[in-house]
Amino acid sequence: MKRFSLAAAVLTAALATAPAQVAQAAQAGKTLVFCSEGSPEGFNPTLYSSGTTFDASARAVYNRLVEFERGSTKIVPGLAASWTVSEDGLVYTFKLRKGVKFHTTSYFTPSRDFNADDVLYSFNRQWKKDHPYHKVSGGNYQYFASMGMPKLLKSIEKVDATTVRFTLTKPEAPFIANMAMPFASILSAEYADKMAAAKTMDKVDFLPVGTGPFQYVDYRKDAVIRYKANPAYWSGKAKIDTLVFAITKDASVRWAKLKAGECHVMPYPNPADLEAMRKHPDVNLLQQEGLNVGYLAYNMKKKPFDNLKVRQALTMAINRDAIIKAVFQGAGKVAKNPIPPTIWSYNKATKAYPYDPAQAKKLLAEAGHAKGFETDIWAMPVQRPYNPNARRMAEMIQADWAAVGVKAKIISYEWGEYLKRSIKNSEHTTILLGWTGDNGDPDNFLHVLLGCDGAKDGGINLARWCHKPFDDLIMQAKATPDVKKRTALYEKAQLVFKAQAPWATIAHSIVFKPVRKNVVDFRIDPFGGHDFYGVDLK
Amino acid sequence: MLRFVLYRLGVVIPTFLGVTILAFSLIRLIPGDPIEIMVGERGIEASRHAELRARYGFDKPLVQQYGIYLGGVLRGDLGRSIVTRQPVLDEFLTVFPATIELSLTAILFALLLGLPAGVLAAAKRGTPADHAVMGVAITGYSMPVFWWGLLMILLFSVTLDWTPVSGRIAVQHFIEPVTGFMLIDTLIAGDRAAFVSALRHLILPAIVLGTIPLAVIARMTRSSMLEVLGEDYIRTAKAKGLTPLRVVWVHALRNALIPVVTVVGLQVGLLLSGTILTETIFSWPGLGKWLVESINRRDYPVLQGGVLLVACLIIFVNLTVDLLYGLINPRIRHAR
Repeated sequence: MKRFSLAAAVLTAALATAPAQVAQAAQAGKTLVFCSEGSPEGFNPTLYSSGTTFDASARAVYNRLVEFERGSTKIVPGLAASWTVSEDGLVYTFKLRKGVKFHTTSYFTPSRDFNADDVLYSFNRQWKKDHPYHKVSGGNYQYFASMGMPKLLKSIEKVDATTVRFTLTKPEAPFIANMAMPFASILSAEYADKMAAAKTMDKVDFLPVGTGPFQYVDYRKDAVIRYKANPAYWSGKAKIDTLVFAITKDASVRWAKLKAGECHVMPYPNPADLEAMRKHPDVNLLQQEGLNVGYLAYNMKKKPFDNLKVRQALTMAINRDAIIKAVFQGAGKVAKNPIPPTIWSYNKATKAYPYDPAQAKKLLAEAGHAKGFETDIWAMPVQRPYNPNARRMAEMIQADWAAVGVKAKIISYEWGEYLKRSIKNSEHTTILLGWTGDNGDPDNFLHVLLGCDGAKDGGINLARWCHKPFDDLIMQAKATPDVKKRTALYEKAQLVFKAQAPWATIAHSIVFKPVRKNVVDFRIDPFGGHDFYGVDLK
Repeated sequence: MLRFVLYRLGVVIPTFLGVTILAFSLIRLIPGDPIEIMVGERGIEASRHAELRARYGFDKPLVQQYGIYLGGVLRGDLGRSIVTRQPVLDEFLTVFPATIELSLTAILFALLLGLPAGVLAAAKRGTPADHAVMGVAITGYSMPVFWWGLLMILLFSVTLDWTPVSGRIAVQHFIEPVTGFMLIDTLIAGDRAAFVSALRHLILPAIVLGTIPLAVIARMTRSSMLEVLGEDYIRTAKAKGLTPLRVVWVHALRNALIPVVTVVGLQVGLLLSGTILTETIFSWPGLGKWLVESINRRDYPVLQGGVLLVACLIIFVNLTVDLLYGLINPRIRHAR
């Protein structure tokens, strides 16, 4: 008690001199404070791949040729007012929006509107190794590379000041969705030229100039990022005047700040706090299924997982409802398909494997393993959106398998090592991992995670599963621009997947977003981002 | 005195070299490749992986990498972060004042409360006051920082609404960094409201960070005082008819301070590491958060540079403490 009274004395002394004001006191115009979970790596979204960086750069400051409609995976026009695709699916022609202004900031004043040169600069910098900006700021264009853009692009041409033509090396229907991803953000070529002339090229990457709804004002490392609404935004000025990211790494502290009114929106709540959030009178708890899947993959290059009956038996032995309760604490949903239900072409008709230990034992006996066998379960050491506690999940699976006679040892490495030993060296037997969608296209799950291209060492098809009937379907869908035809092909592919059981699909997470009640029209972004254009305060 | 100073400085050089080797090798002993961590479950093609390793210089033999690093350090170049691409020294200079501001306030808090509490406990040995001080001290010492911090936030920020939850200053204040010390910068800017806001933000983290040093200082002062109070010259002073207050504060305390100064010096080193938890709880943009992040991202240059700079600082603090002994107690100076 002595400590408390001492502390209280100190506090009272400080308060005596302080005007009664709390952090969110009035400021000119409407200020929305977002308690973000971490510091951005930089402000150029082409160079990085973390959601934190995308929130701070791509979503606030920049636009793309096409955009995802707010709160959905639907593609809508962005800096391109319209576009056409050639019959053969190889040529995409974008008509650019006219009269779009780049931000006027303390460090740059644009002399012209957005045009085709900016598009060329933004893509060529990532693509052409001899581009003067290619190596600036480390030049690691992760997403551009991981989406296969270098091999996919044949040429990008400026037809005239407001027309750009992309020619591909092969038909690729998901290309248009890629154009809405953060790495496809459009930067100012004029600003880049000016910085090149001043020999301060790297400024482009940490003092951003975009066309987006908010313009950068200031960043205090690990503390605060400030933006103001872009008054000349082409789609109309944002409803809030100032946007502040208050960087707060600890989830409990974010929640305390939200309760105290020091911020309006917070990401990634602790599951343990959800109940209190639901009950809090000043807080709305929004929720949506995440664009992700958590799975257990069987490495088919290793025995006995090449045997279908073994895979089916092990899948049936897992009690996934119990996992949802214990590991996700209700913030998840059992997965039956390898793609989440929020993605188009999700096949509702797929039948999930039931939890049936007796049938599992029978199948194991048929496969010649009546006495069971010994194997490993690889469990990630980190928390991911699709799996909040892999270690716990592995323990539950271990117990379920023990009940049908399969003895499993849990293996875990440090995260980097885990990825290296599995993705690069294929050392794993059964492995827990997952995926969060990049562009909302089914191809981004089915081809990337299950296609033959990724089934070799270094690929991320961790079941090392290359099944021709499945691969034919998804490759055909990739080359078909027609969404209806693609949907039919993907629905079929999901049935093939289910029958072959290369993974035990475990769960899709549910994303929770607590916001203060005075926040109007905040929508959960299916890609896990935070977009404040269109949001208001009352 | 000069020889003593030179001798102490001579010891610094091998320590410094040892630290560079440790900082360089320890981070590389942790499994996990920075590039693999950067791309996560997305994976990376072998050719591109090799290209990136070459770009960051990770493909060279370790000895060569160390040579390049040490060469840079001697030229004052600590390299650039592989994540943000900013010079390590620049990043250090932006986060360092925040940590110093917090640590100094915490140690000040600990000294202002810890010294009198220790003296009181010693002077009133065996009384309820003594037991109360020591009870509180042991409780404070054993309190997990994370729990203690959250408890303080819940009580003072959420329930009582007296102090802000976290951060260095309220978001509406927009202060240009001049020194990096928020209290000083707000004064330079002449913004009284901002100064008060910065002060209010400093209270809870300083109390939380200062709790353990406070307990250590109080206990140390008590036992050191007890020893001194039993000395003959104290009895003489009492016999001379000096007031108890004068005996305790003038005659006993100065001699009792020597071990306390040692402890405070060590605590400064500990404080720099203790800030990691406190900074995380209070979203304090300081050194601890910066270094932990660099470990998670395997940002070799930042970690090497950061550890080296912190080590230099601790070496410097210890050197200062050694020299301070000399000032407080001339016997130490002459003994060398």
